[in-house]
Amino acid sequence: MANQLLDAKGLNCPLPILKAKKALKDVPPGGTLEVLATDPGSVADFQAFCRTTGNELIESTQAGDTYRFLIKRVN
Amino acid sequence: MAEASKSSDSNAKTMTIIVTKGSLDWAYPPFILATTAAAMNVDVTMFFTFYGLPLLLKKLNLQVTPLGNPGMKMPMMGMHMGLPNIVGAIPGVDAACSVMMKNLIKKKGVASIEELREAAIESDVKMIACQMTMDLFEYKLEDMIEGPELGGAATYMEKAIKSDLNLFI
Repeated sequence: MANQLLDAKGLNCPLPILKAKKALKDVPPGGTLEVLATDPGSVADFQAFCRTTGNELIESTQAGDTYRFLIKRVN
Repeated sequence: MAEASKSSDSNAKTMTIIVTKGSLDWAYPPFILATTAAAMNVDVTMFFTFYGLPLLLKKLNLQVTPLGNPGMKMPMMGMHMGLPNIVGAIPGVDAACSVMMKNLIKKKGVASIEELREAAIESDVKMIACQMTMDLFEYKLEDMIEGPELGGAATYMEKAIKSDLNLFI
């Protein structure tokens, strides 16, 4: 169970990333944020976001039209 | 250590963007890149000059024109349609195209420029309004949003010289 859930379904680039960044601020270090999105570009973007910011992308899955990302706040 | 990647960190990457265009379509790249970079812990400075300066006005009514823009093809009835210049030149066509574009933006879940600008301010993107352009086009500081500071080429250059990435849009 993630510490925070962000529903970014229906939003397009760069909103899922901007909202995830904001939501991560409310996640304690070591905690996780679950993001739901429908933007297919978010798959590559969350990987790049996590690599650059040092946060950890624990899971990246797809169910139908919905993408689900589990991000661990590292710092 | 816990705060190592905050944008205020002196080791953070820095980026500057010179914003020179103020139409609805051209307003997107600088604001998308500025907000995303800020989300990725980049310290961002935007310099608004010439037609980019009105993007700092409190009230925005951005327009897009198909005139002289053969790349602008809108999805319509299952295909992509452009407008010949002679049609684009008719009064009211720009306004109609702008309404269509804004509807499309909304429908596709793309942020409005107002939203992105708000997000940029929230994430501490620094904004510099070009003083020369303010004088040239007679803009008043009281018509602009709160936050931007006034400056000129030297103010921008001081930032750009020390920056990892400088874009001109």
